[in-house]
Parts: sequence; structure tokens; C-alpha cells
Amino acid sequence: MDVEMTLRVDGARYRLVVDTRTTLLDALRERLGITSPKKGCDHGQCGACTVLLDGRRATTCLALAVAHDDAEIITANGLAAGEELHPVARAFLDHDGFQCGYCTPGQICSAVGMLDEVEAGWPSHVSEELAGGVELDDEEIRERMSGNLCRCGAYANIVAAIREVAR
Amino acid sequence: MTGLLEPRAIGTSLERLDGRAKVTGTAPYAFEHPVDNGVYLHPVQSSIARGRITAVDATEAEALDGVIAVLTPANAPRLVSGDDRELAVLQSDEVGFRGQFVAAVVAESSEIARQAADMVGVTYDRQPHDTELRADRDDLYAPGVVNPDYPTDTSDGDPDGAFASAAVTIDETYTTPMEHNNPMEPHATVALWAGDALTLYDSTQGPNLVRDGIAGLFGLPADRVRVIAPHVGGGFGSKTLHANVVLAAVAARVVAGRPVKFALTRQQMFSLVGYRTPTIQRIRLGADSDGRLTAITHDVIEQTSRIKEFAEQTAVPTRSMYAAPNRRTTHRLAALDVPVPTWMRGPGECPGMYALESAMDEMALACGLDPVEFRIRNEPDVDPESGLPFSSRNLVACLREGARRFGWERRDPIPAARREDGWLVGTGVAASTFPVIRIPGSAATIRRVHDGRYRVEIAAVDIGTGTWTALTQIAADALDVPVDAVDLQIGDTALPPASVAGGSSGITSWGSAVVDAAREFREKYGPDPEDGDEAGGAMPDNPDTERFAMHAYGAQFAEVRVHADTGEIRVPRLLGVFAAGRIINPRTARSQFVGAMTMGLSMALHEDSVMDPRFGQVANHDFAGYHIATNADIGSIDAIWIEEDDPHVNAMGSKGIGEIGIVGTAAAIANAAHHATGIRIRDLPLTADKYIR
Repeated sequence: MDVEMTLRVDGARYRLVVDTRTTLLDALRERLGITSPKKGCDHGQCGACTVLLDGRRATTCLALAVAHDDAEIITANGLAAGEELHPVARAFLDHDGFQCGYCTPGQICSAVGMLDEVEAGWPSHVSEELAGGVELDDEEIRERMSGNLCRCGAYANIVAAIREVAR
Repeated sequence: MTGLLEPRAIGTSLERLDGRAKVTGTAPYAFEHPVDNGVYLHPVQSSIARGRITAVDATEAEALDGVIAVLTPANAPRLVSGDDRELAVLQSDEVGFRGQFVAAVVAESSEIARQAADMVGVTYDRQPHDTELRADRDDLYAPGVVNPDYPTDTSDGDPDGAFASAAVTIDETYTTPMEHNNPMEPHATVALWAGDALTLYDSTQGPNLVRDGIAGLFGLPADRVRVIAPHVGGGFGSKTLHANVVLAAVAARVVAGRPVKFALTRQQMFSLVGYRTPTIQRIRLGADSDGRLTAITHDVIEQTSRIKEFAEQTAVPTRSMYAAPNRRTTHRLAALDVPVPTWMRGPGECPGMYALESAMDEMALACGLDPVEFRIRNEPDVDPESGLPFSSRNLVACLREGARRFGWERRDPIPAARREDGWLVGTGVAASTFPVIRIPGSAATIRRVHDGRYRVEIAAVDIGTGTWTALTQIAADALDVPVDAVDLQIGDTALPPASVAGGSSGITSWGSAVVDAAREFREKYGPDPEDGDEAGGAMPDNPDTERFAMHAYGAQFAEVRVHADTGEIRVPRLLGVFAAGRIINPRTARSQFVGAMTMGLSMALHEDSVMDPRFGQVANHDFAGYHIATNADIGSIDAIWIEEDDPHVNAMGSKGIGEIGIVGTAAAIANAAHHATGIRIRDLPLTADKYIR
């Protein structure tokens, strides 16, 4: 069954028709040609499709498009302010936080969302305290970024990049 | 080899030239090339591991709205028959492994294609299958050569006699599981025919390899096929020519004029694009009372597919690694009803050195020697295998520098003697090695374009290795111009041909071609050419390859903690020290070393494709079941390198660094785990259950 819907992506508004089975990821990539979010597993296991969905990081391969009519989506491409890269993207470049680049837009969106979660005081599995704020040390970064797999093994540089932005 | 390039751009940490496109996600990977009127392919895979297809019922699928075609062995276009049964897609009713393509649907959307593929009914004449690799099989055979063309077996001196009379001996068997490459970008192809010309946007490590292979299958001259791959999301050996590319090209033939889009799912990748064979490796070491090796034998049992042979060269590194007058290596294969194994980062060296370097640790202990000193004591003067001198060999320097930086001198050699907060703590070391490989077939063209710029063309690829950046640096130095005067063009077979990005051979092969083209260009036109001046070059022969043994070396040090109660194993610290010739770009080089060490840690702790012998398929065929290292698995991890001037390897003085970082990592971690616990695990991966006693 086809459904007409609206998505707001990186500041632009799109009307589109999707099969009710279409994932948000396929709606972006195959219907709108917005390929910054990547398909690495289609099962929510790798994080390559991560975007900011209504302000929070989300794996778009696990979301059905029709369930997100009128949602606001920011991809890694939309994080940039014109020519100016987002500070997290800039730090990924400075620290060589990627190699093949396929997981990278998802890593960057995930990092941006994660920093907001830390700002809001959300604890993680490795947090000492459940309330009262988070000190974003390397262990916290690693734990909070472990939903984003990188087969090239850029984790050490990803942690360095995020550490610099968080400082 | 003469005339090493004067390094100016080479050796600088130039930021990745493709970096901005990658951090924004705008670099186009294969599936992302915009096409008009594209259609989607979804395959049907065999649900048996051996037998014949007796019928394919596509009636229901064909009736579904939006389905354009259902391809079966009965109606698929005929390919030029070759002897490669992996690539003879839909050409017969034979099934050689579970997961093989037996039909495919082309439809207007991916959702419809997938739904219709489920509706295709395939019936089989099922035959008994056999997917179990065991050392006691009676059908093991010796392949003609091992990958790519090494002798299957070697023997020098009297290894059995020397072992029998040695003062100190060990005789152990090490096993490694089936492992899958799993690049983050699933294998993807967009295929479009226009008349008898085919364009493929393909996720590949070898555009020319794919072009030539596909052209052969369709009986076309190579220039009728164009393969485009400007950005590739990892490969690690798996992105050569596999059945998925053939199927996309075959399907596009049927719907000519419309581009066919085909990306494998993560699950499909576990049966269709290769893997590292499981290995069973028996190593025997004999030494005199001073800890000098007198005998080394390394006997390997591994698997291949019944439909196509791939013989991993697992024992080959053992032939050149340590001095011992009596040596033997052998490889035996079982041909099973399984998918075809292939290259996976460091084929041969990676599993083989896990076994050898584990055995070396055991032998050091047996001899009462420090593992670093034991290796140094057995350092050969010349290549034990060929008798040739090494063009450069700095394993000892790597071991000593690593030991110094890691704090090795403070190490108490006694196993299971350190405990902190319930964790048993240990450290371990292992050596790394990888040969300097050059693959023929690369050429480059250089043209002066406007504004004093130079366009450098070669169909090389960047699979995350940093080719865009490193090759630009090489071209700049070869032309004696700044890097920003170079416009590099790669990833398209419309450019001069390039060898595959494999065997850590890319920069040696492509760089040599670019340097040759630059010399040709300057000889023809001098320092002040005019716009449009153009010259070409190719990778020249290197007579020094006959005179020297050429390898890169390294030493890896690991700290491991094993929880005394749960067996949980962590690696808080990894250090790699490498000697790999001249480093073209320290920034991207460090990423390659550290990245490969990270994959080595992943191999040590997690990776294990579990073959279910009842069905003949990998049971854990996704990232939920097949674990690779995540960010939280990595502690402090670093790589450094020894300055090494090697005038013999190539004009850049570089040795290739894509794979050596994964060689030895698992052994260093296993050795450290033994030091921590006193438990010697000889069966990867090192999971918690194995440390609970």
C-alpha cells in the first residue's frame, strides 16, 4: 500500500509517496536520493544509518517511514552550516576518525546526539552515578558510541575526535 | 632499483583529500550513483547445500504488481562457459553450497523485489552434504599451489630428525575459526547496458579485475565494460569479483536500458563474497639448550569449496621468519559443500602467524627465555627460504623499541602472578610480517591542464586505505610540484588500468606507475610544459626482486586482563611497532596500522562464524551473532614505526601497510592472556568460557 507523507530533511521539506513497508532509511536514500545515511546491516545492528530524528539519534533502518510523517531529520550533511563543517565533523577530519567513510555519517550523527544526551545528564551503562551529571571520560565515550560499528577500526581516533569537541 | 624519490609531500600528514565528502556523507558509494528509472534486484538463495534444482515456480511472483522479471537457470542469459563455477550464475541446475543464487527477481521497488523473491518456489533433488572440517578426514588433498602461487609444501634439512634429537621441543595444534570480512558497505552494484556496452557502478577493490572478468563472461572485448568505483566502503579482500556482480549484469541484460540496483544484505554476505577458511595448524619447534631453533614444522589443514579451489597460504610466513636449519611446511585441503573462501586481510600471514607466534611464546617459556630475547636469538642473517639477503629487515629494532616503550623490562615472566581488583593481568608479545607484493598491470597518464595543474589518471581505488591522498603525494613529488597542483583521478576503468587493491600492493604498484609516468612526462616536456602535454608510464620491472627477499616487519605488545571469576577478557593496551619502509602519509598510515590491530583484537576476542553442519550455513550470519570489535572493546591502542630506508622495494621506498597490522595481534593477545592466567588457549576466539577452570 502506498501512502503520501511529508519529511523535513536538512532544512528542506519533501512530499513523497512510500510503500507502507518502506523504512525511513530507504525513504531517504531511494525515494529522496539523500544518501548521507548509509545502509550497513538494515537490522539496527551497525549504526551506519544514524540520523538525528526530531532531535535525537536514531537508526533509520529500524523505523518505518509512515510512522514518521512530518518528522524533522538532520543527516551528517545537514549538520554543516554552509561551507562550515560541524565541529564534530571537523574533529573527525583532524583526528582521521575514519578510513573508508561508510560508517562515518552515522558515527558523526551519533556523536552529536550523544553529546546532547550527556548535556542532559543521561547516564550510561558505565556511569558511576545515575543522577547528578556525567563526566564524559574516554570510557563513557566508548560505551556511548558502541552502537556504531567501524570495520576499518577507527575507534581510537573517533574517541580522540569526540574528546576534543567535548572539552 | 635506483632513484628513490626525493620526499617532500611524501612523509607529510596531509589531511584526506576525500575527507570532507566522507564526513558529510556526500561521497558517492556504488549504490548511491544517481540513475534514472532504476529497478531493484532481490535474489533467491538455495536452501540446500548440495543437489540439483528440479523446478522453479515463478508464477505467483510474476503475477505480483511491480515485478518486471524473474530470472531462473532456465531463462537467464547464457554466459561464456568458463571453469569458474562461482561465477557461472544461473547457468545450471547444480547447487554447490547453501545460499547460492538459484533465481532472482527484478522489480520496480526493493520492497516488491524482496516480497516476490519470497514467492518463488524452488524444489530440489537434495543430496547429502558435508561441511565439516576435521583433521582426521581421509579426503584431505594437497593443492597444486597455495595463494597466489607459492609451493604447497617445502622441506629443508631433516626436520623430523632434528625435532627428535632437540633438547627442548613443543608440539601443539592451534585452530582458528571461519571468519568473515564484513566491510561496512555491503557489496553493491548498479548495472546498466546500452547496446552491447555495460556500465557497472560497483563496490570493488579491483575495477579492472571486475571489468576483465565480466567482459570474459559475456564474451565481450574488455573495453565494452566500464567499472566505476570512486569510493568503496571497505573490502578487506572480499570485494573482488563474486557472483553478485555477475547476477546484476545478467539481470540488467534482461531489462536492458534500465539500471539494475543490487546490494547484498548483511546476511547474504555470509555465503556469497568469501571468508577466511578455518584452519587447523600443527606446529613443532625444536631448540638446542641455548634456545636456538633447530627444527620448525608447520602443517596446515584448511577448507575450500567443492566448486572452486582457494588454498590459503597459511604456513608461508613460517618459511622465512626464523633461522632453523631444518624446516617443513605443508598445506592440505578439504573440499566441502561450502561457499568459496577468499582473501581476508592478511591471508596466510594472519592465521599462520597467530599459530607460529603462539608457539614461539610457548617455546620461549620452555627454553626459560624472555619471548623478546628468544625471537632475537633466532633472527636469520638471510632469508631461510630463498637464501637471499633481505632488502631490509628490522624486526629486532621493532622488538627492542616496542619493549622499551611498553615497559617490557619490568615484566615478571611468571604466569598467573598478578591480580588487581579481581582481574588477572598479563602482557604478551608477537612478531608481525608481510611480504612486499607488486602486481603487474598498472599504468598511469599525466596531462598538463590549465593553471599549471597536472591531471594524473589511473584506475586505482580507495577502499579506506587513503589512496586519494597518498597517490596525490607521490605524484606531487614525482612531478616536483605542490600537492595542490595535482588533480588525481582514480576509480574508473576509463582511466589507465590498475592492479587490484590487495596484498598491500596498491601503493607499490600504482605509485610506481605514477612515478614512471612523471619521469616520462618530464623527460619529454621538461619543467615548463604546455597545456595538453601528456605522457604515460607503467610499473617498471624491478630486478631487485630477484636479488633480495622483501618483507615488512613489526612487533606487537598487548596487555590483557582476564576476570578471575567470569573469564571476561579485556585488552586495555596494545602497541604496534612496524618497519615498513618509507611511510607516505603518517596520518593515514597510523590509521591503517591501528585499524588492522583493532581488527586483530576483534579476531582474538570475538570473531567466529559458526557453521551449522546440519544445514551447511553460518548460523550467526549478522552483526548480532557475528561479533566484531566495538568502540567499547578498545582501550589504549597505538602504532609507531621505525625509520627504514629501503632503496630496493620501489621508487617510493615503501613496503605496503594495509595488512601487516593484523598479523600477530591475536597471538600477542593470546600470549598475554596466558601470562595473565596461566591458561594457554590454542583455539580462537578467546572467549570467556575458555578461561573458567
